[in-house]
Amino acid sequence: MCKDCGCSITQDHTGHHHGDHLHSNPQLNDKKTLAVIHKILDKNDVEAQHNRDHFASHHVTAFNLMSSPGSGKTTLLECLQEYLEQKYAVIEGDLETSRDADRLLAKGINAYQIQTGSACHLDAFMVHGALHHMDLNPIDICFVENVGNLVCPASYDVGTHKNIVLLSVPEGDDKIEKYPVMFRRADVVVITKSDLLPYFDFDIEQAKQQLHKLNPNVELFVLSVKNSDSMNAFAQWISANLER
Amino acid sequence: MHEYSIVMSLMEQCEELALANSAKSIDQVELKIGILSGVEPALLAQAFDTFKLETRCHNAKLVMNIQPLVLQCRTCDKQSEVQERTIICPVCNSHHTQVIDGEDMMLMQLVLDT
Repeated sequence: MCKDCGCSITQDHTGHHHGDHLHSNPQLNDKKTLAVIHKILDKNDVEAQHNRDHFASHHVTAFNLMSSPGSGKTTLLECLQEYLEQKYAVIEGDLETSRDADRLLAKGINAYQIQTGSACHLDAFMVHGALHHMDLNPIDICFVENVGNLVCPASYDVGTHKNIVLLSVPEGDDKIEKYPVMFRRADVVVITKSDLLPYFDFDIEQAKQQLHKLNPNVELFVLSVKNSDSMNAFAQWISANLER
Repeated sequence: MHEYSIVMSLMEQCEELALANSAKSIDQVELKIGILSGVEPALLAQAFDTFKLETRCHNAKLVMNIQPLVLQCRTCDKQSEVQERTIICPVCNSHHTQVIDGEDMMLMQLVLDT
């Protein structure tokens, strides 16, 4: 394969020189080098700030919940209302179905489902779209439950104030090291399903060490929805981290 | 596979810049990809080659400069470049560091055919 451009022409003895023809007639080929220095996801970031301003104007604090599928995001949101004074609503992101939103609505929590089709993450534009369907007046907090995925959602600011990353005990403590970008972006990491700790080799100390290398100021909670003390501690963190 | 969405945003930016500079086409697109930006360079290159065909970038060469982490240590005041995904200062082992580079993906330069 050609080393210059990766094209399939092999470098043979006849010589395959890229670019030579470009200089053959400068009158016809005017090259201009343009320095740009622009974030690739700039448009998303602008939209994200727009969402944040929208939340702020309604005195709503928004949290982006990210994790693998099945680590307990929806269950946490179903149970949190028993421990939290503030009222909240949820924007749900999934590839298909409105099951998660239905689960929350059944618990009396207002929820709007975004179906991403095949997109592996939510972006600021999708959240903006959802905000048109959500009345922020009666709530203090809006959770954005991202598509279950430990990779892609980390690259997209959706316009929330803080990132909550969940890691469930059955997934294993090695996920922090394996998915560094996600855990680097976290403001708080919640180890869920802690009632399963006796049955798995999940090492909390190991998780802490890995987290410390990537994100030393991150808060860490170990909780189970079946343990009200652990839920209370997390609810207190939420209350203490509202935008004023 | 969010690399496809990232390339869509990149192509949009390239088209706008080409238009603003009345360029016929784009010969080269140069990016800076931080090692903690959450993007896989090989997948990005693949997505770029797939999407470029119907844009002004159809003949463009993609140059990706992989940016290691650059840490400014608040304890020893030294600046260092690290290839590993850690923000611990390699000089003094402190975790009071600030990440100066290596977390972003940026469009740095375009070579335009005007």
